[in-house]
Amino acid sequence: MSSSTINKPDTGNKRSDKSAKKMHSDRVKAERRLGWYLAGPAFIVMLLVTLYPILQAVFESLFAFRLTAPDEREFIWFANYITILSDEVWWRDLLVTLLITVVTVAVELVLGFALALVMSKALKSLRGILRTAILVPYGIITVVSAYAWFYAFDINSGYVNAWFDWVPGIDSDLNWFAQTGTSLFVIMASEIWKTTPFISLLLLAGLAQVPDELTEAAKVDGATWWEQMRKVVIPNMKAAIMVAVLFRALDAFRIFDNVFIMTNGENNTEVLSLLAYRTSISRLEIGLGSAVSVLLFICVILISFAAIKIFKVDLAGTRGEK
Amino acid sequence: MKNSSRREKVWWAVISVLVLVYALFPVASILATSFKSPSDLTNGSFLPSPGAATTSNYEQILVGDAQDLFLSSLRNSIGISLIATAIAVVLATLCAYAIARLDFPGKKLILTTALAVSIFPVISIVTPLFNLWRTIGLYDTWLGLIIPYLSLTLPISIWTLAAFFRQIPWELEQAAQVDGATTWQAFRKAIVPLAAPGVFTTAIIAFFIAWNDFVYGISLTSTEAARPVPAALAFFTGASQFESPTGAISAAAIIVTIPIVLLVLLFQRQIVSGLTQGAVKG
Repeated sequence: MSSSTINKPDTGNKRSDKSAKKMHSDRVKAERRLGWYLAGPAFIVMLLVTLYPILQAVFESLFAFRLTAPDEREFIWFANYITILSDEVWWRDLLVTLLITVVTVAVELVLGFALALVMSKALKSLRGILRTAILVPYGIITVVSAYAWFYAFDINSGYVNAWFDWVPGIDSDLNWFAQTGTSLFVIMASEIWKTTPFISLLLLAGLAQVPDELTEAAKVDGATWWEQMRKVVIPNMKAAIMVAVLFRALDAFRIFDNVFIMTNGENNTEVLSLLAYRTSISRLEIGLGSAVSVLLFICVILISFAAIKIFKVDLAGTRGEK
Repeated sequence: MKNSSRREKVWWAVISVLVLVYALFPVASILATSFKSPSDLTNGSFLPSPGAATTSNYEQILVGDAQDLFLSSLRNSIGISLIATAIAVVLATLCAYAIARLDFPGKKLILTTALAVSIFPVISIVTPLFNLWRTIGLYDTWLGLIIPYLSLTLPISIWTLAAFFRQIPWELEQAAQVDGATTWQAFRKAIVPLAAPGVFTTAIIAFFIAWNDFVYGISLTSTEAARPVPAALAFFTGASQFESPTGAISAAAIIVTIPIVLLVLLFQRQIVSGLTQGAVKG
């Protein structure tokens, strides 16, 4: 950055100067131009790395096209979409993805709220340690988390069966990754462990916005802890909760790493991202895979719209821009 | 909580231990596995059998058979993540500066775009890129990963930095100029020290995200030329065809977790404030 670029905003900010009107509008123009010069590159890069690929995917989804037979490329309108939507695999994977999304977000909301309360109320001397510990799962690679949970439960290298053999249904022969339910349990455990810190930090920020006077007043009025939470704290941080839930839900809906490592979709544990990956990258069916990608994208848009319209989540408002 | 009673202290100790166990147990678990020898893997207990703990897994990936696979992926991961982080932070700093400080139409459009990009399903971008990269020769190259990584690192950098920059008292710059500093001095002495922590924190968060990527890593690479660590882990094989790669994967997992733990230990406060400020600001 040269010093002249930095100097310009000052002239822009002194708009209250009693300068001539023409000067004034020139300055406004110059400031606008500088604004876009600075913000433009980031904006264009964002569009290039997302908008362009998705348009390309929409285009390719209208062709019967596989890389193993590139010469047989043929325009077939929406036949790929019909193929996918009439295949029960799509609906099964959608159901599994939705199940994982709903369960993990619900558990994480409760767990994350508890963690946020602990972090905000903890004795000063403990706060640093607690926050540091919480950030470890946040920063860790998802694939590493997947392996940690996988090896702990695995019938060969694991110890969970030995530790919990007193629980009905668990014994040394239990192969967690041979059945749908138990596989999903471990997948969700890893997902929850890794992502709860993020939701709890968002909730911690929300907690900080609840005025202390309100909780104090409720306490003076004789409200129990539970009543304080339900009537004062939670209603006042509703916006933060909504944003946290929406962000995590969209993130959970894209789940890929944990499933890929632990089961690779075996035993009906396949999720939509894995279906897209399997179709286009493994089987090289670009046309069909693009259609899955586009459908997945549409699902994410639908979830966002539903959240914004039904629950009135004001993303831009809560995330900074007034 | 000035006069916390004895009972309260005990309670907090218990709760803290619970949180620590929650946060660190899976790490401890894979750490213990990384010291098990192949024959000890099936001992059915958390720790290696007494006297059987071994560093052979670490030797295998650092100086042994698997070193080509692991060390090249480590180099790829570090290089690609650092470059993607640097580009994102530079672009985001300019962008966030403009958003926080200048008056121009389209601010909201930029922030909304960043938000939309950050919730974009990664896998939807992968299919078209896979095909395009193969055509134009970016498949299995560093650049072929750096470009899509920007879709991960740029949006969160813009949001976090915009939140940071809004809190900087920019009047200080003018005050310094009134006191006789040149524009450049005023910027360097008054603004840079205030903005640097935000930029640095943003860089850490962006680096975490790039370091974590798996989908792009396995889809857009095929060899050691560009394959990053998370993808390489999924392709590990045992020393022989009859040996499971469990120990080697665990050891590699621990090595790539060390930088994360160090960053977290050193910058816990900054990371928390970066994540919470960028996220919810009323």
